[in-house]
Formats: sequence, structure tokens, C-alpha cells
Amino acid sequence: MRQRRIIPGVDPKLLIKDAASLMPDASRRGFLRGAASLGALTLLTGCDIIDGDTAEGVLRKISAFNDGAQAALFSPTKLAPTFPESAITRPFPFNAYYDEDEAPEVDGATYKLEVAGLVDNKKPWTLAELHALPEVSQITRHVCVEGWSAIGSWQGTPLSEFLTRIGADTRAKYVWFKCAEGYSNTIDMPTALHPQTQMTFKYDHKILPRAYGFPMKIRMPTKLGFKNPKYVVAMEVTNTDRGGYWENQGYNWFSGL
Amino acid sequence: MSAETAVGGGQIAARAAIHPVWVRVTHWINAIAILVMIGSGWQIYNAAPLFPFNFPKSIALGNWLAGALLWHFAAMWLLAINGLVYVTLGIVSGRFRRKLLPISPAQVLADAKAALSFKLSHEDISRYNAVQKLLYVGVILAGIVIVLSGLAIWKPVQLQELTALFGGYDFARYVHFFAMAAIVGFLVVHVALALIVPKSLRAMLTGH
Repeated sequence: MRQRRIIPGVDPKLLIKDAASLMPDASRRGFLRGAASLGALTLLTGCDIIDGDTAEGVLRKISAFNDGAQAALFSPTKLAPTFPESAITRPFPFNAYYDEDEAPEVDGATYKLEVAGLVDNKKPWTLAELHALPEVSQITRHVCVEGWSAIGSWQGTPLSEFLTRIGADTRAKYVWFKCAEGYSNTIDMPTALHPQTQMTFKYDHKILPRAYGFPMKIRMPTKLGFKNPKYVVAMEVTNTDRGGYWENQGYNWFSGL
Repeated sequence: MSAETAVGGGQIAARAAIHPVWVRVTHWINAIAILVMIGSGWQIYNAAPLFPFNFPKSIALGNWLAGALLWHFAAMWLLAINGLVYVTLGIVSGRFRRKLLPISPAQVLADAKAALSFKLSHEDISRYNAVQKLLYVGVILAGIVIVLSGLAIWKPVQLQELTALFGGYDFARYVHFFAMAAIVGFLVVHVALALIVPKSLRAMLTGH
């Protein structure tokens, strides 16, 4: 394994692991293809009874059904558990599908948050304007789709208040986020309006470092880590599901906690 | 058996099944569901191992994390709904009480000793020995724990009271893992014995 530059305060073990384990086998297009893919079921029956594409189609339909089940289970008022300062995981892991030294470097001086879609005021926001918004803080558990979790401290402004401020139509179904490196994802409006969903500008009371998403991430303690976009440069209030980086590759869309 | 001798050997069709239809149907649905859950669970485990080992890719299901999660969260419905039907009917019909209880520790020891010296009788497979009773009750409990700890990991916000009951998110992952290990351990013994005593396998297929 080649030597990676590791930033101080980031667990190198997690840094190396995270990029590798989320990625599909490059040699395979479909993740269900091949004899090994059906594993135990193939062993059980002694033959490949399910065609890869058929199985994938059925599984994706069930995943869509699970989106609905999770939306029904989601409470707009139930808060994620919060923790004392002493519970914060130090160092908090960097996590992405690329190395930390490949993370986007956004220039805060020229940064503007684009606002689009079903909103009254589409004026872009400078970082100074965003930093002037009322600040709330949370210490919550970040749960990765891989299974590990870490407790972190985030400060910023509630997304619901920002949506009100820009005159967003909160009857719309989705909010879509676009990130500096091309990452994106779409969330449901009830989650966007959840009291703990936060436009985050600080980590542990200091301006977000590059590793954690400078200049802005969206923190949602009610969703898996990959649904919490970093380096956010644009948001759109919309009735069209625009999907997302991981969601399009087969990860569950709702991914609620 | 006494009923059978009373009515004579000619009425085989009227003989009570060792395993009624609902037991056989739920058993085989469960067999498929649990294999998919274990295979995909091993792949999910590999993404963030709790211990310094991985499960070999060749016996894990789903090819990568997203595929494994799709299998896991599809088969969970089969496992949970089928399990609920099985446990409900097992209690309501009185089968659990009749077949699995009571379990006396002295009898478990005696039967375990007899089993290890190959002196345990398998003449009447409609009656479970004490070791079987213990294992079957144990695996039903492990099944309940694995479903509940799975829910605790899946929904640590919406079902946070349940997650707290399992000692929090991180601890619930260990509970889920060890419940899996218990079920896999049971399966090794269960499948081996079904093959050693083939008429028990036949009874689970045909009822007799």
C-alpha cells in the first residue's frame, strides 16, 4: 500500500480503510454478478438460480419499499440522542471515497452558496453572510453505513430556519445538495425540516477544517453518514428526486437512523 | 404411537404428523432467510470488522457492501414476518409448551452424556431429548435477540429506547454479532445431526 499523507488529528487506520471498503470491485459492473455473488444461496441450491440482473431489480424494488417504510417510521420531532463533550471521539475520523489530500479545497473568500428551485429568494450566500446566521450546537453520533460510529460536535444554523429565510416551499418533496467535488445527494423534506438538521460551519467550535467539509456540510443525525454532504456549494428545493453519489450505486436512498 | 397401534397399521394417512404443515413451511422459509441474512451479514461485517478477522468473500453474499445491504434489508422482512408467524403459532397451538418444556438441568446433563457416548436413542423423533429442547429453546431466543439487536442497529434514533436496552449502538453491534455466532453454532450441530439421523430430515420434509 502506498504511503498516504495523513493530517494530524485523523485516525490513519480509518483513513486507509474507508476509501477501500465502500468501493465496488472495479472488474464487475453489477454487484450481484458472478458465481461468488450469490454465495450462500448458490451453495444451498448448487446452481445459480437467480439471474444477476433480475435479482438486482427485485432487490432495488425492495430497497424502494424500505424507503417508504423508513419514511413512515421517521418522527419529525424525535431527537437523536445527544452526548456530553467528554464522549466526543478524538480524533474524529475523516471519511470519503478519496484520500484526505484529494479533498476539495474551497476558497472561502470567493465561495457562494447557490440556492435554486422552489424558493422565493435565489440570491447566493457568501460565507460571511452564512456565518452571521444564528448558531446552534449539537454533539451527536455519526453512524457510517459500514457499521462504525463516532461522536462529534457540530455548530451551525438549523436548515429549517434557513429554508424559511429563503422562502422555500416546504411542501416540496426533496432538498438536493451539490458538493464541490461532484458529490451530491437528495433528502426528503421531513428530514430537511427536522430540528437537528444543521447547516454546519464549525466542528468542535472551530471553523470546519477541510477534512470535515469546509466551508459547509449538512449535518443530519437522523441519517447515515454518507447522507451528510460536505463541501456543499448548492442546494435546490425540488419535487424531483435527483438521486445521489452512493444512492445511484445501490445504497439505500432514505438511509435513516 | 399408542394411537397408531389402537387404530391399526393400515391408517398411515390418519397418523398425526410429527411436524404439522405450518412448522415445515416456516422451517424452510426460515432456512432460506437465515442463510441470506448470515451470508450478507458477513459481507457487511467485513466493511468494519469488530474483530481482527474477515469472512472469506467466497462465502459472503452481495459482492460488496451495498449489495450485501440490499440482501440483508430484503431478507429481514422474510425472517421477521416468518419468525413472528412461527413463534405465534408455536405459543398459541401449545407446541412449544408440549415439545420444548419443561427442561430439567439434570436431564440435560444425562442426555448430553448419553449423546456423547452414542447411547442416546433416536427411536421416537416426535419426542425431543433434553439437549434438543435446550438447543431449540436457545436458538429461538437467539433468533429473538438477533432481530431486536438488528432493529437497534438499524434505527438507533427512531428506536433509541431499544438501542439503549442493548447498551447503546456500538454494544448492540456486538450483541448482533454474538447472536449470529450462536445461530451459526446451532446450525452446524443441527445440520450435522439431521444428516446423521436422516429420518428427522424426512419428517421435516414430509411430516412423517
